[in-house]
Amino acid sequence: MSTLDDHSKEIPEDTAGGATAAQSPEEKIKKQDNGPGGPIILFFILGLFASLIVGWIIFPKLLYSQKKQPIDFNHAFHVAEVENGCESCHFFRKDGTFSGAPKLEQCIDCHEEIQGVDPDEIKFVEEYVSKGREVPWLIYSKQPDCVFFSHAAHIKGADMECVACHGHIGESESLKVYEENRITGYSRDIWGKSIGGFKKNTWDRMKMDDCADCHQKNYAIIEKTGVKTPTKRFVDHMIEVVSPGSSISGKGTSVQTERDACFVCHK
Amino acid sequence: MKIGRRGFLSFVIGGAAGTALSPLPWKLTDDSSIWTQMWPWTPVPKDGETSYVNSVCTLCSGGCGITVRKIDERAVKIEGMKGHPINNGGACLLGLSGLQLLYGPTRIKSPLKRTGKRGQGGWEKISWKAAVSEVVEKLGNLRSKSQSHTVGFVSGSDRGTIPRLFERFLTAYGSPNLMRMPSVRDSYELTLHMMQGVQALPGFDFENADFILSLGSGIIDGWGSPVRMFRANSAWQNANVKVIQIEPRLSNTAAKSSKWIPINPGTETALVMGLAHVIIKEYLYDTGFILNYTNGFEDWKRLVMDNYSPDSVAAITGIDSGTIVVLARSFANASRPLAICGRGDGSSPVSLKGCTAVHALNALVGNVNKKGGVWAVSDTDYISWPEIEMDSKAAAGMQHERLDGAGSKKYLFSRYLMNRLPETVNSGAQYPLQALFVSGANPLYTLHDTKSTEKAFDKIPFVVSFSSYMDETAQNADLILPNHVFLERYEDVPAPVGLIQPVIGLAKPVVEPQFNTRHVGDVIIRMAKGLGGSVADAFPWDSYYSCLKETLNDNWETLVDKGFRSDTELMNPTLESSFDTVSGKFEFINPDTGSMPQFKPVSIEGDEKLYPLVLIPYDSIRLANSYIGDPPFAIKTVEDTVLKGKYVFVEINPKTARSAGLHEGQRVLLITPKGKAEVKIHLFEGIMPGIIALPRGLGHTAFDDYLAGKGINFNTLIGTVEDPDSGMDTAWGIRAKLSKV
Repeated sequence: MSTLDDHSKEIPEDTAGGATAAQSPEEKIKKQDNGPGGPIILFFILGLFASLIVGWIIFPKLLYSQKKQPIDFNHAFHVAEVENGCESCHFFRKDGTFSGAPKLEQCIDCHEEIQGVDPDEIKFVEEYVSKGREVPWLIYSKQPDCVFFSHAAHIKGADMECVACHGHIGESESLKVYEENRITGYSRDIWGKSIGGFKKNTWDRMKMDDCADCHQKNYAIIEKTGVKTPTKRFVDHMIEVVSPGSSISGKGTSVQTERDACFVCHK
Repeated sequence: MKIGRRGFLSFVIGGAAGTALSPLPWKLTDDSSIWTQMWPWTPVPKDGETSYVNSVCTLCSGGCGITVRKIDERAVKIEGMKGHPINNGGACLLGLSGLQLLYGPTRIKSPLKRTGKRGQGGWEKISWKAAVSEVVEKLGNLRSKSQSHTVGFVSGSDRGTIPRLFERFLTAYGSPNLMRMPSVRDSYELTLHMMQGVQALPGFDFENADFILSLGSGIIDGWGSPVRMFRANSAWQNANVKVIQIEPRLSNTAAKSSKWIPINPGTETALVMGLAHVIIKEYLYDTGFILNYTNGFEDWKRLVMDNYSPDSVAAITGIDSGTIVVLARSFANASRPLAICGRGDGSSPVSLKGCTAVHALNALVGNVNKKGGVWAVSDTDYISWPEIEMDSKAAAGMQHERLDGAGSKKYLFSRYLMNRLPETVNSGAQYPLQALFVSGANPLYTLHDTKSTEKAFDKIPFVVSFSSYMDETAQNADLILPNHVFLERYEDVPAPVGLIQPVIGLAKPVVEPQFNTRHVGDVIIRMAKGLGGSVADAFPWDSYYSCLKETLNDNWETLVDKGFRSDTELMNPTLESSFDTVSGKFEFINPDTGSMPQFKPVSIEGDEKLYPLVLIPYDSIRLANSYIGDPPFAIKTVEDTVLKGKYVFVEINPKTARSAGLHEGQRVLLITPKGKAEVKIHLFEGIMPGIIALPRGLGHTAFDDYLAGKGINFNTLIGTVEDPDSGMDTAWGIRAKLSKV
């Protein structure tokens, strides 16, 4: 058989020792290096560490660009001046919708004319108020419009504090640098300062899991007896996703979509 | 240290492990999914403050109240206004698509002056000052040469302050040539004048009628005020009101009616006369009304009894005589029967004899100016402006006969005959038209016989369009002075024709003007001021806004706030005061002309031997057929059996198709004496054999890519047929043939 024949030819060559004897000293070293053990693990560790450094340190630096707000703003000062806390400027409209970042209309009462010597205030009045241009604020908490989110339900309905999600921004004396994600265009505050997604406070991140943290807890309180195993929950959700409205009422729990699972919150 | 293959591999594996343990892949996955939501073509609604503005839709003459939802400064949705007396929350497809006419690409963004030859699309932007002074100079020259009467105005409507400003301008300037675009309203107005001696609008108490006889009127295909008609139609369905639809084609209206009776096209009046015959013969008519409130019944009765027996009518109409008898009986026995006419969407007049016959049928059952009947509604006259002091030039100009022949010896009682203008201009029989202003109308698209209209426009040296959109007429103008669109301007909207309730609506700006456009009312005032003298004196207002506010006076606040004003007390004319004729009664025979309701066939163009088929138009609520073209949303809803790609389908009965060897979807050449066009065949059981039908509202050469070049404009294939009694264009079809390509 040819295979056997090939081997039979190779063996004598190897055992002849001629080739080994002819090896140069360098080749010997190479052979030792390539052998099992230390050096290979070294390369592995090198690769491991290099990628960990890239992933944990370099990548976040590359991912975010640093942007300055058009003008600085002192939250602490303004909160002290107004009567109704955050809601004085970030108010609910008559129809219950949330106004978000204030517009000139809200600022103009006090800032129609320059009041002090603060260069940012002078810029604000000259560049924006007198020209009737809205300030293009960079919104730290802006997210894609993918869920039915109601500020009113959280603040009025569930009596939550603004701090729970937005942190202590109301106490800040100047606006921090806006770190814009180069891929998505949104602020770093959504994913959180920690690239690993670790958080200490409820306001450190604003991803879906962070909504879920709170919602799961309250869900468990509401439905003490209805705690489902993860498998059961997964199966139930899959059924609801594949066949929405298959519940007894024919309607899901979402007020907006009348569907279940993802569609309770997602548009 | 040299890196070998194994070393490299282990470095890569280490790297992969490290990467997996770093946030990089997970973060990138998350970010890339969010990135996909940022694609510029993904529609993301802007967040902002929601507000609502009450206004009136002026895209057709329906006069519906609308509530426009805004997010901050952007209008995002048009909804029907709840509680509005006409549409009560309802809206039609065109109205819903109205935002595309505000933000869409067909808007004219500034005054334009033609460069190069007319219709070639060469335009230069000019300032408003330059545009208005050019007009003023032209008009001033004509006036100084005593040719003020050679200036004409074409308007979509003649009611409300805007058309009245046109009229006022022309009167002060010295021209009698204000023309309104034709519609079945012309026929009805003339009928009311001939039979009741009144200058009034027709009103139909549909909401209280219990038997509807529609002579081809597209009740849910755009006739009258469309949303009011949808609502009335739904109410009839719920209340088991009989709706009988008479027309040669199974239209949407016919499909939703209680009974569809196919009829030979153009013979509807014969049927009406046949019904009158049965009603009179069987003494089913309202004897009290006939005896006390009518004149000339006996003569008309003789005519009816002598000529329109069910059998002879059956021979004309193709409707079985038994059906005619049954229909006549059920019509007369209903407590509040109502007959209406005006084919399709009512954009074409019907012959005077035809319209008077329908009115006579209503009179026969005593259903005139009564609950559930036909009313003569005098227009709410809230416009009282100071008298115009005409100078000698204006007075001399006004002495000339109108170019369209309305009010002339031949057509004494007709008020507007826009359809006759192209022919008059082309023949040059009267004085030439030196300048024409067009507002709220698109005659180069909507008038029958497009070629002849184009030829006439070529002969007019100065054409000015006030259109907000680049429509066919604007394309062929010398100067375009773009008006704000309806969501950017103030305008009073009188109650739509057909309504019996006096309603005034106010269209008001929902958003700021998006472009460098100007309100047509302001432009007219500027033009008058520019001309100076008595013309300027006739316009004492600084702006259209102040003119409108002053005109509406006490109603202003209510109108701004609510969007409409409606008198809850319905007008309730007594029968005694309804007839302003010499006899003080309803006249079956007009004493001045001796004209009597009867069937005189309106013969259509074309030799039967050369053109074996009869082509008729049809209308659909999905196809806007007025001066506004279908916006993209609306054109999207047109079925594949009506329009596919650029081809429009001609409907043909399978029997007719079979005998001609034609099959579904086949491309054929449709030829009429007026023109030809490549179309596709659609076999349709709902059309009578020997007849073919094309939709109206397609075949635009103007507007945007969504609309232009799709299908055929029906008006290019049909000619005009002048009604000898009224001068109106009563062409209802044309002879045609199909040839294979």
